[in-house]
Amino acid sequence: MTVDPRLLRESATFPREVLAEIHRAADEGLYYIRGFGTKRKLPTFDDLVFLGASLSRYPLEGYRERCDTSVTLGTRFASKPIELKIPITIAGMSFGALGAHAKEALGRAATAMGTSTTTGDGGMTEEERRSSKTLVYQYLPSRYGMNPDDLRRADAIEIVVGQGAKPGGGGMLLGMKITERVAGMRTLPVGIDQRSACRHPDWTGPDDLTIKIQELREITDWEKPIYVKIGATRPQYDVPLAVKAGADVIVLDGMQGGTAATQDVFIEHAGIPLLPAVRLAVEALQELDMHRKVQLIVSGGIRTGADVAKALAMGADAVSIGTAALVALGCNRPEYVADYHALGTEPGFCHHCHTGRCPVGVTTQIPELEARLRPEQGARRMQNFLTTMTLELQTLARACGKSHVLNLEPEDMVALTIEAAAMAGVPLAGTNWIPGRGGL
Amino acid sequence: MITVDLAAAPLRDLNRRLHSLPANTNERAWRITNPKGAHNIAVGLTQGIEVTIDGHVGYYCAGMNQRAHVTVNGECGWGIAENMMSGVVRVKGNASQAAGATGHGGLLVIEGDAGARCGISMKGIDIVVGGSVGHMSAFMAQAGHLVVSGDAGPALGDSIYEAVLYVQGRVASLGADCIEKEMTGAHQAALARLLEQAEITADATRFRRYGSARKLYHFHTDHADAY
Repeated sequence: MTVDPRLLRESATFPREVLAEIHRAADEGLYYIRGFGTKRKLPTFDDLVFLGASLSRYPLEGYRERCDTSVTLGTRFASKPIELKIPITIAGMSFGALGAHAKEALGRAATAMGTSTTTGDGGMTEEERRSSKTLVYQYLPSRYGMNPDDLRRADAIEIVVGQGAKPGGGGMLLGMKITERVAGMRTLPVGIDQRSACRHPDWTGPDDLTIKIQELREITDWEKPIYVKIGATRPQYDVPLAVKAGADVIVLDGMQGGTAATQDVFIEHAGIPLLPAVRLAVEALQELDMHRKVQLIVSGGIRTGADVAKALAMGADAVSIGTAALVALGCNRPEYVADYHALGTEPGFCHHCHTGRCPVGVTTQIPELEARLRPEQGARRMQNFLTTMTLELQTLARACGKSHVLNLEPEDMVALTIEAAAMAGVPLAGTNWIPGRGGL
Repeated sequence: MITVDLAAAPLRDLNRRLHSLPANTNERAWRITNPKGAHNIAVGLTQGIEVTIDGHVGYYCAGMNQRAHVTVNGECGWGIAENMMSGVVRVKGNASQAAGATGHGGLLVIEGDAGARCGISMKGIDIVVGGSVGHMSAFMAQAGHLVVSGDAGPALGDSIYEAVLYVQGRVASLGADCIEKEMTGAHQAALARLLEQAEITADATRFRRYGSARKLYHFHTDHADAY
């Protein structure tokens, strides 16, 4: 008997992907763990556009007039602030989640571009310290590989309170990625499914954080900038508390931020998008008269120079990229397609970082796969990507008449949707209406 | 003996002086007076010097210690010797929460009692407590030894990895995946050595040993009740 397609009506409440997930849960009895980041459609910087120059604004000549991109981070208390040539940094990603080649490639590219890279859960490797001129050392709840010698040889310290992909959750690294070297760095048995703590073991709340920051400053003789990284949930409260606790720099990670392995339910259903988070954070800093005094780095779904320009226009001092950096290295490239198929996926859909069987050698510890990403080739790609983003950023800034990218401002933008107007606090295009603030 | 009076000298100056000592320093004995509960005293030490603190200290005293021998003649706040790498830290009184948290090495001796989460996420440190420890001690403990001469509070060793726990007194309850294990002669000998190093008087044969059942090392639906 043939099926009449006119009689097939898919349920909006139970579409095929929901049915499939219920079937999977019924078979396995465990939440789905995966890598990458949120896949649902969210309000993004794509919903904002720059107005550019006109009769009332004067643009800069694209190839003749300078548009500076330098940024200084950690000017509040640190005796050795971080000087970056571009406001695009590399986000914290662990050795373990990434292979050593990927970490080295990111370090080389960042060094060539005059920006920073960041360690991750699991500590600092020699390769990344050697390849990264400016290296930010993450201080995480797990304290895996935490070593005061590494603290002292870092250029800045980032206390991780949360991350955008899983605010309130700890790290995960499944057994296939806990190799001998990774396990040794983390003092864990080889091959276990590693679950990291979600709270720091020796402090609770902002008053304790004040003392913890002071400890890290005392150990490093007040030289290093101290960053505090938060997942975007309540930035209007978290940012002032981090400032009060003594942070030099706030790192704000929106829900589009990536992960090596996290429960799908966490990735898709926790946190807020970066778009409203940036506005809330900037407003909180302005209210304290600390905007530009405590620098703000934002991350989570930054993909292009346009995203960077919009984040800076909203008041951020710099951005951080993670997933986009991995894509630049080769993530989801249509190569080694048979290996994507072996994972049950296709190039363009892959989120199998958690398996350690990355077809393009980025998120793997398997030597044969890792060999597919040569550090020098990855570094070249990454450097090209950073260069492109910077050129795009400068293009938009010049069009708005700015001689420095940090001179971009909310008034340079309008929103294409009511939601984006409300979240970003800029007018809906063609009106002066900002939802919640009046106007017509 | 060099004496630093914290009522007169800023803490930052003290820590800087201690950090600047070369490996072959002759200034090997330090006494710190009037700590008055200050936080972050003698943190980040790197040389094998002796530091004696006369009085009570606040959070993170001797944090991230390497090689130094630090003695606190008083009580201490949270995170004494947190993330210690080597050396010896001795507290003559009681310790607050998270004593020895995440420590990678060295010996922490608490002659009195320790509060909650003693040895949380410990990664190789040896901790010997003359008295009792609070709840959730050795939570997620990865490596090293926690010796408790007194009692242990609820949820001892919750989600423990490969750390070894010895308790002489009563254990209020064990945490997820923590079980009692056989106390062999080798364990008694190892424990006796630890007690001797710590200068804590106790009979190693009266202790019981606890460690990981290793059932939570891999995610499995049948273990969901444990979390």
